[in-house]
Amino acid sequence: MTEQISLRDAVVPAAEPSPRSGEGARRASRTAGGPGHGTAKPIEAPAWLQIAPFAAIFVVFFLVPLGLTVMVSFWDYNEYQILPAFTVRSYAEIFEGCIAKLPELCVTFKTYLSTLKFCLTVWLITLVIGFFVAYFLAFYVRSTAVQVALFLICTIPFWTSNIIRTISWIPLLGRNGLINSTLVRIGAIQQPIEWLIYSDFSVIMSLVHLYTLFMIVPIFNSMMRIDRALVEAAYDGGASGWQTLWNVVIPLAKPGIVIGSIFVVTIVMGDFVTVGVMGGQQIASVGKIINTQMQALQFPPAAANSVILLIAVLFVIWGLTRLVDIRKEL
Amino acid sequence: MSKTTRPAGLTRRSVVKGAGAAVTAGAITGFPAVHAQEPKVLRYLGTAVNQSSAIAKKVKEDTGITIEYIPVTTDEVTKRAITQPNSFDILDEEYFSLKKVLPSGNLLGIDAKRIKNADKITPIFTKGELPSGKKIGDQGTAPKKVFYLEGPNSKTFASQPTEWITLIPTVYNADTLGIRPDLIKRPIESWKELLNPEFKGKAALLNIPSIGIMDAALVVEAMGLHTYADKGNMTRAEIDLTMKVMTDAKKAGQFRAFWQDFNESVNLMASGEVVIQSMWSPAVTAVRSKGIACTYQPLKEGYRAWAAGFGAPRTLTGRKADLAYEFINWFLDGWAGAFLNRQGYYSAVLETAKSKMEPYEWAYWMEGKPAEKDILAPDGTLLEKAGAVRDGGSYEQRMGSVVCWNSVMDENDYLVKKWNEFIAA
Repeated sequence: MTEQISLRDAVVPAAEPSPRSGEGARRASRTAGGPGHGTAKPIEAPAWLQIAPFAAIFVVFFLVPLGLTVMVSFWDYNEYQILPAFTVRSYAEIFEGCIAKLPELCVTFKTYLSTLKFCLTVWLITLVIGFFVAYFLAFYVRSTAVQVALFLICTIPFWTSNIIRTISWIPLLGRNGLINSTLVRIGAIQQPIEWLIYSDFSVIMSLVHLYTLFMIVPIFNSMMRIDRALVEAAYDGGASGWQTLWNVVIPLAKPGIVIGSIFVVTIVMGDFVTVGVMGGQQIASVGKIINTQMQALQFPPAAANSVILLIAVLFVIWGLTRLVDIRKEL
Repeated sequence: MSKTTRPAGLTRRSVVKGAGAAVTAGAITGFPAVHAQEPKVLRYLGTAVNQSSAIAKKVKEDTGITIEYIPVTTDEVTKRAITQPNSFDILDEEYFSLKKVLPSGNLLGIDAKRIKNADKITPIFTKGELPSGKKIGDQGTAPKKVFYLEGPNSKTFASQPTEWITLIPTVYNADTLGIRPDLIKRPIESWKELLNPEFKGKAALLNIPSIGIMDAALVVEAMGLHTYADKGNMTRAEIDLTMKVMTDAKKAGQFRAFWQDFNESVNLMASGEVVIQSMWSPAVTAVRSKGIACTYQPLKEGYRAWAAGFGAPRTLTGRKADLAYEFINWFLDGWAGAFLNRQGYYSAVLETAKSKMEPYEWAYWMEGKPAEKDILAPDGTLLEKAGAVRDGGSYEQRMGSVVCWNSVMDENDYLVKKWNEFIAA
């Protein structure tokens, strides 16, 4: 339900981004959000019909594969096939030595810690950048045309394929790349900086570059629905700019912040292509472990790892929704 | 699956195609006639490296067979061969994956009697020796260990030559380290140079566990730390030792990156991020074609070799089987062999390939002699100027120095786990 609403809301203000329509959209989404509650009884059958297509897609493409994954994660396997016999071998192997070896971290803990570190860093950076870009777009840009144009500029990172995008970082950040050669030429450094690429730095930079947009869109959406009269009231009441931002804008933009955070956190948790290419394949990620196991035809441990990853991501989302009740806010 | 879909496809086509024939000949005689006119199509599952459009074009010209390429990665070939044996008619895969594919029961032995040049296949595959009789290294999954089957439907390898062959060899080569001689500026002679602190932050390794660990083992052996009984089939203790050496090097910052994709290795080398790394022969050619010096460096400890070949899925029967045999026979007939030799690979039947190459080409690629004329790739681009000598020399020198073959270890499971630890370290 949350997902459905957030996707639709992401579209609404882009289509009619004038500040006044904000309240209208909010009301519209309220009524659309709870069709079963407020309205009269005879709607019940059509309501079921209405959700049937989505429910069918949800079952076929989400619940069934998920069920299969959980099932396979408890199966045994050998070199060339999976054996349908119940075992916790895959889970046992994933957490092998994790407790015994403490305080030294086992591979699984180390990998999750590294993934969480990226998650947190990227989340913080995209949040700060995303919030202020959205703020600028929502409160300073008045013309719809300019807003659309600026939005399109934000999508530039997605105009090329992932592989081309990541490969083209080398000429910029590499040892003999543009930045290093410029810095050497102007005498700022003697030796090229090595950590510009194939490092934590380059992974974080690349992830931020890619996913800030996922923060901008929902926050912008929330901000467009803030009644401008509230901002004016705060100003009239003598609040300073920062006080208005902190006490009026941020609380009202919270749903957007949480939705954007969910986007960024879930994508970064599962990302292994960017981490692999920008980290020179030297930085572990949960996705990469799953990928390596799939290539070695070890489907049950790969399935077990995805189940654990799913649980970890659900925990993060659960934590985020504790901060803000998205359903109520929408 | 195929049992239900194939006849359905036939009927559908016979309806469409037979429509014309039915008018004159009648519906009853129409069916066999249409069957014979079925387009000659083979679905060819393999890696993109071997799937050249020039070969497909030439096959079509010579035999009328249309090749439909299904290009996937090496691991994906194995996966599909095991999980979807109905999705292709001919399989092009590496010998080492046989240890996984054969027990699944999806592979059919190829009848040597129906392969015209079967007895001319280089003895590297049949006996593990050079045409001159010199034995070569057989650590790992050497093709001779997995070349013959007890019978067409057998799930075990035969120790003696039989009539049934697992894979008909298409292409093979000896792999080594690639280096940037212009940046290293001194001779490189041993695998141990990969971990030489001199190249700290400028070395790279292949991120495919089963192959990467063999390169690592060659390094460990060259450093004098351990001598393996079989680098292609290590014990757990040997895997631990090898990964420990590599992990220490990784922690010390020896590696700039690991690569998994052919293009990544080309980029690392061409950009100068890396000056020494495990590499594949066409990647070296790709770097050189950018005008950047790159040597496929022969090393005193020898090469790690690999080989691929054509296999038949269990579902291959009747007319499709005839087509597959026709295609394989065409492949061994020389044109394709010459084509592969000109790319720096080696072909299975040397004498037919030789007959389709110019003497100066044969002398450069196979005999290790200086090029009399400019050496061109099959597509006409200039590879080497006259006077150049192939890295590593002749066929005898290169294949004769092979010490181990790409493999799947008995402890593969453990290896994958250790490899993930290595990446996370």
